[in-house]
Amino acid sequence: MSETITRRLPAWALRTNGAVVLIFLYAPIILLVVFSFSASRIPGQWGGFTSEWYATLFDDSRLQRTISVSVKVALVSTLLATVLGTMSALALERFKFRGRKVVDALLYLPIIIPDVTMAVMMLMFFSQAFDLLDSVFGIGLSKGFATIVVSHVAFNIAFVSVVVRARIAGMDATLEQAASDLYATRWQAFRFVTLPLIAPGVLGGALLAITLSLDDVVVTQFVAGPGSTTLPVYVFSLIRKGVTPTINAVSVIMLVASLILVAGSVGLQRANASRGRQQLRTPGGTS
Amino acid sequence: MSVGIAEAKRERSERRRGFLLALPSFAYMVLFFAVPLVIVLVYSFATRTSTGSTALSDWNLDAYRKLGEPIVRNVVVRSVILALVTTVICLVVAYPFAWFCAHQRPTIRNLLLIAVMIPFWTNFLVRNYAWRILLSNGGPISSFTEAIGLGETNILFTKTAVVIGLVYAYLPFMILPLYASIDRLDRRLIEAGRDLYGSGSQTFRRIVLPLTMPGVIAGSILVFVPSMGAYVTPELLGGGKETLLGSYIVTQFLTARNWPVGASLSFVLMAVMLVSTIVYFRSGGKNL
Repeated sequence: MSETITRRLPAWALRTNGAVVLIFLYAPIILLVVFSFSASRIPGQWGGFTSEWYATLFDDSRLQRTISVSVKVALVSTLLATVLGTMSALALERFKFRGRKVVDALLYLPIIIPDVTMAVMMLMFFSQAFDLLDSVFGIGLSKGFATIVVSHVAFNIAFVSVVVRARIAGMDATLEQAASDLYATRWQAFRFVTLPLIAPGVLGGALLAITLSLDDVVVTQFVAGPGSTTLPVYVFSLIRKGVTPTINAVSVIMLVASLILVAGSVGLQRANASRGRQQLRTPGGTS
Repeated sequence: MSVGIAEAKRERSERRRGFLLALPSFAYMVLFFAVPLVIVLVYSFATRTSTGSTALSDWNLDAYRKLGEPIVRNVVVRSVILALVTTVICLVVAYPFAWFCAHQRPTIRNLLLIAVMIPFWTNFLVRNYAWRILLSNGGPISSFTEAIGLGETNILFTKTAVVIGLVYAYLPFMILPLYASIDRLDRRLIEAGRDLYGSGSQTFRRIVLPLTMPGVIAGSILVFVPSMGAYVTPELLGGGKETLLGSYIVTQFLTARNWPVGASLSFVLMAVMLVSTIVYFRSGGKNL
């Protein structure tokens, strides 16, 4: 079947390439964790085991403040983006309305726009909007927590919407029709039929939104205020000044946080896949 | 007749419902995405005053003319070259890998795909930072090459380091679309090619490659566009010496305070993205 390629690229070459790719993807992450326990003051050199760098984290109040800002921003922006993204996904997949194409295009752009451009857009927007509010109403606003949340929601609605739409597209529309045939009100049909069916998509979208919010450096750097910086922006500024063993330890904590989120989304995908198989095995059964 | 009216009425209310459901996110995206986009466009035609602020009068194309100046041109050319090199390396590495994945048993295939997805979900800054440690002078890679007799490798803060970082960051973006198109490939067509006495390379060039082209193009766009606009990777691994478009734009805003030039360059970056997207859809791709 694949003998055509096999002649030029033998199986062992494919296997070696596969192994190299996997090592390339995982070695840096694993080595980072290993070196975070190295006693050497130079990050990247082994000087015996220690966990003292993790202990230094707890003394750094600036670090703790940025962690709390990051978590709050991620939670608030994810909640907003998930609600808005899910609503637009339902509208785009289940309804025909005027302006549908415009909404569709507008929700596509943030996914492909480079984050530097997005950052520039938000910076200029807030600077203009604040000038306007100040000169017209005399309201003096400045960049901070709210501007970070607004910006994160602006790019996350699109991502949530795409994930939820994929779920709705693969869903059986007849179930909702059946609900309304059985005299369910619109709200009941949504609450008891649609919502449970799209829930995995909504959860998957929310996990992606949290991940992207916790990942963002560029946009946040442009819209953060002096008093409110997120963890990645703070760590980024630290790394530019020079690497220290403490940064190794912070990085590993960020790594663990993102791995917990991945585990959640992989688990979600597997649960969906196995439920899909069950439905196939019992034709007609919608349990 | 009355049935038709009821029908039309119901359809109208359906349309209204759909519109109302989309309205909050639509309003949000107009205010916090479309309006900012227009502001950037307007600013790119404005003038920078001697104090570093921007005069919103006296509209001109100065900021775009600046793109022709050697400094800016060098940055753009360097970004395009580095992004192209990154894309080609990703393609060459990812194609056989995606092929390999597509020809495994379902269990192994799923495990491999999850293995590719995990780094993609892992914190971006941390992934770049890991390479900063690996490539540092006297760091693991340097010690390793020294131990096997190749001498120290001091590649941190070079173009090579930036390309390694970009390949590392965007390789999954290449693997996944390639896998999707290779997986859809009808294997009987390869057999047909062989039956008609096509050689291995002929079959690959005439059958396999054209059929998997949507994956190749999608993957290339997904790697090329973010590489062009990369900011974090060149800053951390290029040490700010090898200024790329992304870093240059950031400098225009945060240090040089030349907003019109920063705005015009952001628009160039957007144009690259839009053109490549259009190319992709023209070439028969459906969704990225």
